[in-house]
Amino acid sequence: MGISIALAGNPNSGKTTLFNVLTGARQHVGNYPGVTVEKKQGRCVSNTHEFHAVDLPGTYSLSAYSLEEVVARDFIVKEQPDMVVNIVDASNLERNLYLTLQFMEMGTPVCIALNMMDVAKKRGIDIDIAKLSSLLGLPVVPMVARTGKGRDDLLKTVAEHAEIRPAPLKISYGRDIDEALDEMVEKISSEHFLTDRYLPRWVALKYLENDVQILEMGKEQNPQMDSWLSSVAQKLTHHLDATLDTHPEGMIADQRYGFITSILKQGVMTHTRDKNRIETSDKIDKIVTHRFLGPMLMVAVLMGLYQFTFAYSAVPVGWCEDFFGWLAGRVAGLLSDGLLKSLVISGIIDGVGGVLGFVPLIMFMFLGISFLEDTGYLARMAFMLDRIFRLFGLHGASVMAFIVSGGIAGGCAVPGVMAARTLKSPKERLATLLTVPFMNCGAKLPVYALLVAAFFSENQARVMFIITLISWVGALLVAKLLRSTVIQGPATPFVMELPPYRLPTFKGLAIHTWERTWQYIKKAGTVILGISIILWAMMTFPRLDTPIMADSAPAGTQQEAVWQTGEEQVDPASAALRHSIAGRMGMVLEPVTRLAGFDWQTNIALVGGFAAKEVVVSTLGTAYSLGDVDPEDAGSLSERLQSAPGWGPITAFSLILFTIFYSPCFVAVVCIAKEAGSWKWGAFSMAFNTLLALGVSIAFFQTATWIMS
Amino acid sequence: MPCIPLRQMQVNQTGTIAGIKARGELGTRLRDMGLVPGKEIRIQGKAPLYDPVSLRIMGFTLTLRNNEADHILVEVN
Repeated sequence: MGISIALAGNPNSGKTTLFNVLTGARQHVGNYPGVTVEKKQGRCVSNTHEFHAVDLPGTYSLSAYSLEEVVARDFIVKEQPDMVVNIVDASNLERNLYLTLQFMEMGTPVCIALNMMDVAKKRGIDIDIAKLSSLLGLPVVPMVARTGKGRDDLLKTVAEHAEIRPAPLKISYGRDIDEALDEMVEKISSEHFLTDRYLPRWVALKYLENDVQILEMGKEQNPQMDSWLSSVAQKLTHHLDATLDTHPEGMIADQRYGFITSILKQGVMTHTRDKNRIETSDKIDKIVTHRFLGPMLMVAVLMGLYQFTFAYSAVPVGWCEDFFGWLAGRVAGLLSDGLLKSLVISGIIDGVGGVLGFVPLIMFMFLGISFLEDTGYLARMAFMLDRIFRLFGLHGASVMAFIVSGGIAGGCAVPGVMAARTLKSPKERLATLLTVPFMNCGAKLPVYALLVAAFFSENQARVMFIITLISWVGALLVAKLLRSTVIQGPATPFVMELPPYRLPTFKGLAIHTWERTWQYIKKAGTVILGISIILWAMMTFPRLDTPIMADSAPAGTQQEAVWQTGEEQVDPASAALRHSIAGRMGMVLEPVTRLAGFDWQTNIALVGGFAAKEVVVSTLGTAYSLGDVDPEDAGSLSERLQSAPGWGPITAFSLILFTIFYSPCFVAVVCIAKEAGSWKWGAFSMAFNTLLALGVSIAFFQTATWIMS
Repeated sequence: MPCIPLRQMQVNQTGTIAGIKARGELGTRLRDMGLVPGKEIRIQGKAPLYDPVSLRIMGFTLTLRNNEADHILVEVN
């Protein structure tokens, strides 16, 4: 059965590194039941024992305010691991021990993995390990997780102590609180109130700390006890407020730190150098967060990330495209013309190709972002930009998601949505997820290029700049709107650590990147294939009675079949498209979209754009009877639009506005739903964005035509 | 020694935390990160738009927004 260990510790304490050192490649990533918090599990072996390790989310404390903290403490209570391995940053001992104390108060067996001994030594911090161990009453193992030093000692110590359940730590919180605690503990014990899971003293502490989770549980189990405990807590609150101008929560935290200080003062930690010496990291920060140099450097880094993600991934993306093109060609040769061929090529191969086509992009993006995150630069970016993003109810760290999504034109919302993972504040994160699709992704660019070339050929650059501006302003304003309506609530406290600059390890980067990429393939892949087939069906069925092939034939082959009906040229593909569900939807919606200047052909193209935005161009080509149009070279379509009735600069700009704001492509929608943890938000982004786009386009079209008339 | 809100401190100024006025989530977060009475701090720097502020405490660097810094009283040196 082996020994079960839970890895806990502060963010930036090297927890992930230790987990990788312990388990190597024998790990898998999932989620904690019912929440979007990542759960990593792995197996490791020493000479004598086998261990089963779970990586708890990195937290500074165990309050009920964040999902991560609740997940961590619930895991310990419910799963009862044989040992909590608490990784503690030796160069930052005082703050790290705050979490350790809270585990000790829960009565959990704890072993300290004292990490970054090398960094501490370099900073002139000398730690008496034996003394620390005896004063805290728990095993302490010095290590350097980056190099794997201390791994065997740690496993040996864990195995030796796994059977022993220590006596829970009792800190004195001052006379007032201690007296209240004693009174509460007595009654909690005699009533067996929540004691099936928690220690009586811990429950009492949580009542004093006003812990929502425990209060709720208590109310459910025994309302009478709950109200009695709450009244004791309230009485104490009033008393402390009146006598000491403080409150139990604050006092408890202060005393915990006091306890730590008293331990460290007993000769555990000595500074062999000036404590207030300016560290290298601080010197770097003087430049990196400088008023003028900082933002300039940041622009350069963002451009670099962008270049890295999109330019360097172009080659493997090209391989993917070539492979699926080759596959489609082979299949086309093997199957005879018909529905099956159309399904296999347009539905399945295009669908799978669509999923896998994003893989190199996502890998490069995560590699770049992991690097920035692990070095500590990401936190500096959030620090510098927070003032601006906060105005719109977002967080400084939102910038990454916006840039990757196409804040610099040409990104992609799929990796952008996934980049929002670096955000730790739940409300700000959701608002970011929902607004990044407004950015100008690479697939929207051909649509803009077509319309701008056709109707704004004089001012191409200026119009493209205006488009970029509109999408940024629009996204930020919508974020503000969402944060003051559906995702209402005060800003999550920003209080954030600026970790010292560190060089990431290659192994860490590789594991991190691969995990994220694999999750995308596994989770999003299946759903995307399904939707791809549905979209194919919508644009194929019902079919025309005449036996002409709908959309499976490659470009050019249908040109000969063009026939004349009166003035208008209609080719079989166009007729079939018009007859399909998508075509009918386009026609039915025309009365509404007319207000924004769109005819039914445009509507079909926009429905097609839900598959991928660049499809707007090719579908528009089919709908206007031009056969297949290559999105990269849409010159003929551009001319056709110029002469089409109802088209002009106003209609074109209205369509540009609609393209900026309407529903994200379904790959992005699937990712939003997965990242937000609920399909509700995926559906919301489709419906809300489309209505918003329609509103903006109609308002623009009506105003512009009224002014012009 | 005068007691002022952390927001009013200058870059490189040092002091000792005298009190935390915030309660609830913000109060807990501030304390979890070590901002408790008696701790010495030094203002490290300010973001390009003068908000948030970064400070040094117990050997590490912490950032907070100005409206969060308002809740922290510091006895400056």
